[in-house]
Amino acid sequence: MTEKTKKHRVLVGKPGLDGHDRGAKFIAHALRDAGFEVVYTGIRRSPDEIAAAAIQEDVDAIGLSSLSGAHMRLFPAVVEALDKAGAPEIPVLGGGVIPDEDIVALKAAGIAEIFTPGTPVDKIISAFQDACEKKPAG
Amino acid sequence: MKTSRLLEGLKARDPRAIGRAISLVENGDESAEAILSALDENFVSEAVIIGITGPPGAGKSTLTNSIISELRQSGKRIGIIAIDPSSPISGGAILGDRIRMMQHATDHDVVMRSMATRGRLGGLCATAGAAVRIMASSGCSFIIIETVGVGQSEMDIIRLADITLLVLAPGLGDDIQAMKAGLLEVADILVVNKADCKGADILAMDLEAVTRKGSSTPTQVSMTVATESKGIAELLDRIDKLDSEHRDTGERKTRRRAAHEQEVLDWCLEMLRPKLQAEITKRELPLLGDPRLKAKKILEEQ
Repeated sequence: MTEKTKKHRVLVGKPGLDGHDRGAKFIAHALRDAGFEVVYTGIRRSPDEIAAAAIQEDVDAIGLSSLSGAHMRLFPAVVEALDKAGAPEIPVLGGGVIPDEDIVALKAAGIAEIFTPGTPVDKIISAFQDACEKKPAG
Repeated sequence: MKTSRLLEGLKARDPRAIGRAISLVENGDESAEAILSALDENFVSEAVIIGITGPPGAGKSTLTNSIISELRQSGKRIGIIAIDPSSPISGGAILGDRIRMMQHATDHDVVMRSMATRGRLGGLCATAGAAVRIMASSGCSFIIIETVGVGQSEMDIIRLADITLLVLAPGLGDDIQAMKAGLLEVADILVVNKADCKGADILAMDLEAVTRKGSSTPTQVSMTVATESKGIAELLDRIDKLDSEHRDTGERKTRRRAAHEQEVLDWCLEMLRPKLQAEITKRELPLLGDPRLKAKKILEEQ
């Protein structure tokens, strides 16, 4: 019909009550500069809100940020909310102050990638690219 | 998702199907055609389409949010298309209009979609128009298109609307000067948001004066404080009245026809662009000679 204009669409948001959004905003900007369309949902979102927004926006991947220590509860809750809403194939990536021992558990709970402070931004961008390209059509 | 399943999903108001259908159109996917041609035209013709435009920071998203809250009280199903610019350098975009509307995120009867301009010259109008149709046929009776009112493509999008609101706020000075040239003329209703802030009355008076010049009936200014939902019910009353007026006088039909023509033209250009691009590349045109003549020749030979 017309020229294919597929772009990677991702959602960046912060679940829970943590208001430290510098990291999330930094990643959102980095992704924009790498050519992504970033739906930014801001701070203090419930997992259900994030899942609902991701579905309406038909994003290819979700990036979550948490600096409050509640990641073990909140990141898997977003995966569950997506599952409940019928969109289990949308990959979820997470970042924040996350101890090494939690990373294994989070990955087991369905989080595709976890980034800790000091991760080079290129690595994060290419992880998002992989996640977007791997996502099966729902 | 298969086209037939998508269409069923649209009828069943499944948010996944709505989101996916809009993506297919946005990405120029082949299957979009089958979806768009199967939509329920009756719903589309009955829906009220509102355009909300204004400079950055005037409170468009916040105003949209309080309009949603007000309309949801009467049980209306609402669609929102929020358009933000794509970066001309990277092609990426930050779509942040949702931040102000997250309170409605889990409400199934508030269908929201953020859209990036993707640097399309006019194609955005075609895509936004398609999104309006998809939302309408999934039962949205009130659809809001929100966009920053700068640039030609945004002006074209606003033409999709039955009624256009121009939202301004005190303290934005220079932006308003810039808006005076174009948007004041296309706006049906002027809204001074942040009406509790200093300078709101003066801005409203200014606007009344400016709009009085050209026509015998000055555009009335609505005052709102979107963060406190003040003036929203009155604003919706005005929209409602104007909409019935437009329905009675045939203005609504006239606008719909103009919008429709604009959309068709947009699709034509969208379909032509890649073909022409390929043709131009293929010809390996010499650097010398008049580009206009070359264009004419290419078109004549199509």
